[in-house]
Amino acid sequence: MYVAVKGGERAIDNAHAWLAEERRGDTDVSELSLAQIREQLALAVNRVMAEGSLYDPDLAALAIKQARGDMIEAVFLIRAYRTTLPRFGASAPVATGAMACDRRISATFKDLPGGQVLGPTFDYTHRLLDFALAAEGGEVPEPATGAATEGDLPHVTSFLAREDLIQDEPEGPATPRDLTREPLDFPADRPLRLQALTRGDEGFVLSMAYSTQRGYGRNHPFVGELRVGTVPVEMEIPELGFAIEIGEVKVTECETVNQFLGSKSEPPQFTRGYGLVFGHSERKAISMALVDRALRWEELGEDDMGAPAQDAEFVLYHSDNVQATGFLEHIKLPHYVDFQSELELIRRIRAEAMAAQGDVQEAAE
Amino acid sequence: MISNYNFAYLDEQTKRMIRRAILKGVSVPGYQVPFASREMPMPYGWGTGGVQVSAACLTPDDTFKVIDQGADDTTNAVSIRKFFEKTAGVAVTERTSDATVIQTRHRIPETDLTEDQILVYQVPIPEPLRFLEPRETETRKMHALEEYGLMHVKLYEDIAKHGEIATAYAYPVKVEGRYVMDPSPIPKFDNPKLESAALQLFGAGREQRIYAVPPYTKVVSLDFEDYPFDPSRADHPCELCGAEDSYLDEVIVDDAGGRIFVCSDTDYCAARREKGEAA
Repeated sequence: MYVAVKGGERAIDNAHAWLAEERRGDTDVSELSLAQIREQLALAVNRVMAEGSLYDPDLAALAIKQARGDMIEAVFLIRAYRTTLPRFGASAPVATGAMACDRRISATFKDLPGGQVLGPTFDYTHRLLDFALAAEGGEVPEPATGAATEGDLPHVTSFLAREDLIQDEPEGPATPRDLTREPLDFPADRPLRLQALTRGDEGFVLSMAYSTQRGYGRNHPFVGELRVGTVPVEMEIPELGFAIEIGEVKVTECETVNQFLGSKSEPPQFTRGYGLVFGHSERKAISMALVDRALRWEELGEDDMGAPAQDAEFVLYHSDNVQATGFLEHIKLPHYVDFQSELELIRRIRAEAMAAQGDVQEAAE
Repeated sequence: MISNYNFAYLDEQTKRMIRRAILKGVSVPGYQVPFASREMPMPYGWGTGGVQVSAACLTPDDTFKVIDQGADDTTNAVSIRKFFEKTAGVAVTERTSDATVIQTRHRIPETDLTEDQILVYQVPIPEPLRFLEPRETETRKMHALEEYGLMHVKLYEDIAKHGEIATAYAYPVKVEGRYVMDPSPIPKFDNPKLESAALQLFGAGREQRIYAVPPYTKVVSLDFEDYPFDPSRADHPCELCGAEDSYLDEVIVDDAGGRIFVCSDTDYCAARREKGEAA
């Protein structure tokens, strides 16, 4: 006699307990602390903060620990927490010219005011596994230090702007729409697109950017400037009537200078792509700038080449990895009912087709 | 019950925003209202839209029921029921007739609903035209212009190819003579039950849409005069309760492919067996 499968509730409780055990792993190995994750897996923490849209290194470290290192799961934990937080308002735009730069490079000018600052980068390391790292407790060499640059570091694009060689950027709305508080709506203006890109999946945005380089909506980018560092965040307090500093965040900013041969309405001039991401994440910031530029085809009067990276609906609806992973993985849920109705349909259509074939055969004989 | 979250998890401002979308949906039956869907602590695609609608509808006096595939004990139904037990402390039930709010995935309960009940559907893809036109800007225009020719062509092509309309679930309906609506992936067997005394609300979290079918609204499954809509079901009685009017799950019971058919609505089946109507 068939007995319906019962006990979903007990199965869930037991599964959760097992998961907790797996998360801890071998108890002979000491447990990871949040500080260790925050300090030694800082780039993972950065990614979780960027895609989670929440700047809090400690919470991101907790999410990574809880998610057993699954980055998208960690991003999801942060997003689910973020949604319970009240929104007090919007900060003043961060002034990245005043950034305390750890790194600042330009691929368009050999030297420039403020200089090229290489900073901590993987770029020129040889990717050879360092077996010395496997033996823990090694000495960390003391890097050389120098005096910090005084005052603001001007943006490279400002030099081009002086000669009118780069397109002027119109002032956006004072308070942009908030993607996390309003439904996504098309046409999406640039602030909204940039919001979606900065919290979009790094892999997705990277691949979209890469596709433009390979010819699907090519936009000839130069990295005008890439800078990484901390910027103060200021917020206007209505009761005070002026802005006060509420903290600082580490960000990566990329401005691309793109070739533009002019269109029916515009004379030739360089154009811009822009990327700004929480934490140290150069790959993401550059990718974002390339995709941003590709999405601007309409306002610049360029042709729609039908490239995926030019298609705002395609890019924005599919860049969010929390949405994507949820919908993808939901097909693990039971679909007995739908499948049953398909089974019946296909049996019926097949039976009819077989009967029809039979008739044809009989007629032929 | 967890006390450090607001009643039913969402803050009151968010619930107000959702209720406004619901009211708009009720005012324009079948129209998909965009709403600022929140990230919930369960994944997109696992009922976040339904959960948000339920959260906005529940009051402390409500009795809540959750079904997935018609059953109360499927894992995701258990998970969502537990979520509201924890965050809202509401009474829960498995009895359709005792519930005031029922959240469902893929089924409409067999027992007729009443005016005092709300049925909340979890919706994966709210746009009935999506697989004919992937672009949201286009489909919204098509709805605005009542331009549903593409859908009829699709149904016609099905008949030309297969001799019948080859849609077995998420069968499109026209609501109150105006909007073509996706009833969520319920089997087409359930479509006639969309005309109901209860308020029916549809929540799509990832797609950020809410829509509604108010009580006693006319809901017509799309068809042609010479190919009328046919709500089919497996041609068997339920193995457990003998019901011949309920939707059935097919269960494989041995290695030889032997199979039996049982009610998908577990409460309906259990109630019939209690009353001694077993076969």
